[in-house]
Amino acid sequence: MLLLALDTATPAVTAALHDGRTVLAESSSVDARRHGELLLPAVDRVLAEAGVKLDAVTQIVVGTGPGPYTGLRVGLMTAMTFGSALGTPVHGLCTLDGLAYASGLEGDFVVATDARRKEVYWARYDGSRTRVTEPAVDRPAEIAEQVAGLPAVGAGALLYPDTFPDARAPEHVSAGALAALAAEKLAAGEELTEPRPLYLRRPDAQVPKNYKVVTPK
Amino acid sequence: MADEPLVLGIETSCDETGVGIVRGTTLLADAVASSVDEHARFGGVVPEVASRAHLEAMVPTIERALKDAGVSARDLDGISVTAGPGLAGALLVGVSAAKAYAYALGKPLYGVNHLASHICVDQLEHGPLPEPTMALLVSGGHSSLLLSADITSDVRPLGATIDDAAGEAFDKIARVLNLGFPGGPVIDRYAKEGDPNAIAFPRGLTGPRDPAYDFSFSGLKTAVARWIEAKRNAGEDVPVRDVSASFQEAVVDVLTRKAVRACKDEGVEHLMIGGGVAANSRLRALAQERCDKAGIQLRVPRPKLCTDNGAMVAALGAEMVARGRSASDWDLSADSSLPVTEPHVPGHAHTHSHDHVHETAKDNLYG
Ligand SMILES: [Zn+2]
Repeated sequence: MLLLALDTATPAVTAALHDGRTVLAESSSVDARRHGELLLPAVDRVLAEAGVKLDAVTQIVVGTGPGPYTGLRVGLMTAMTFGSALGTPVHGLCTLDGLAYASGLEGDFVVATDARRKEVYWARYDGSRTRVTEPAVDRPAEIAEQVAGLPAVGAGALLYPDTFPDARAPEHVSAGALAALAAEKLAAGEELTEPRPLYLRRPDAQVPKNYKVVTPK
Repeated sequence: MADEPLVLGIETSCDETGVGIVRGTTLLADAVASSVDEHARFGGVVPEVASRAHLEAMVPTIERALKDAGVSARDLDGISVTAGPGLAGALLVGVSAAKAYAYALGKPLYGVNHLASHICVDQLEHGPLPEPTMALLVSGGHSSLLLSADITSDVRPLGATIDDAAGEAFDKIARVLNLGFPGGPVIDRYAKEGDPNAIAFPRGLTGPRDPAYDFSFSGLKTAVARWIEAKRNAGEDVPVRDVSASFQEAVVDVLTRKAVRACKDEGVEHLMIGGGVAANSRLRALAQERCDKAGIQLRVPRPKLCTDNGAMVAALGAEMVARGRSASDWDLSADSSLPVTEPHVPGHAHTHSHDHVHETAKDNLYG
């Protein structure tokens, strides 16, 4: 197995190669405004570091978010196009699951990332491999009761200490963790999801400045 | 000719997911998936709706184009993509796909300019572009007069709209007349049965002291809306056909008058008209009439090539390959305000003097 993992659902632009046992190479940089520019060079770096070409990859795994849409789509579009060009299977994995896995936490905890607009993307976990709620987007104050007393990982937790007093690292997802989790699941015969974005919000129907109709019908 | 470059082009600057394949100046495939129906109920293109639709449609559209063209992706000589201008988030989906495709297949990548592509597409219809060519680009997003001496390296803006694009004016008047979205085709249809001289609507920026090649449609739009409102307030029926014809006449009169004047002033013998509004039947007819009178050769591609599509991007990409222009780098960015003076975005190794331009030109990509 040679697995390429990508994630652009958080401010981190991250790519990693995994051979089924260990991470062979990883490249991560944090720049929430340059996912589009940074991802392909990151893929190129990890492949070069491992001394392989893209067509040697047997599985592609991409973080499906939830995350800010513009960046999120960069990873998904890249993974899906790689898959189409080379006939490589492409799987999706919830980005929050990658963060949970990287945390190594036992017991109950929360993963929360920054959803902007004063909201967080979040889910609850029972151990680092088991998500117990569907990913959701909410204002921190509105979920304070549901997450009270629980450790929390991710930038969303670090941003809102009133709601998440026990916030911990990692702040952003790493493709290495995503790859390791995916490799573990694939080896265990678990199905991964389709590479489809978890938007969680309907699109803003921001119509360009309308000409006001002067007389109704 | 089999040794002409085989190029796949990707276009996502607005609401059309376009993938075209050309060999030199020959069109092999023009696959388009449009999200226009999803925008119709909003009366205009909603950027996030467009971006979501691009992500869904991209891979199937690429695969359909390859099938239509009957070529193998392995045989491509390059991948081109609209790098700008356009909607930032929408552009980014196409740029991401093009980069991934080019990288996976080991092909050179060409980030190209959307406006230059609208001009270059005419090569697929009428053969190589004469040099120089004057171009009138009119659509919902642009209204520009451009002088192209070399479509891969030398495109000069002579004039542009100072307010609304021509296509926007059509959309807005269609909305005031309750005719739906998009407005261009429906107004064209009603106008055919109306009198273009029924109402004397104003011709913007045509005074002796006005800029010769710039356009303005905002005043016209207001004048038409007021005229309709006055009719309705008086309890009279609005003569939709005459309003459509008179409004349309005002728009195409100004467009063709200025385009022909630019050709004469610059000594250019060829005028091409592109962009979605080039599908307008009255614009085509009046342009033909005035060009014939002035001894100018008019080139207007068929309507499907005038609207946004991937073939036009492939056409410009093929020209880049044919003329040995340098490929773009893997960190190519989508630039929502890419200037028309940059027909393509070459790699850094070749553009030291331009680096600062790229760093300052990226605005609100993630706004
Ligand atoms: Zn266009």
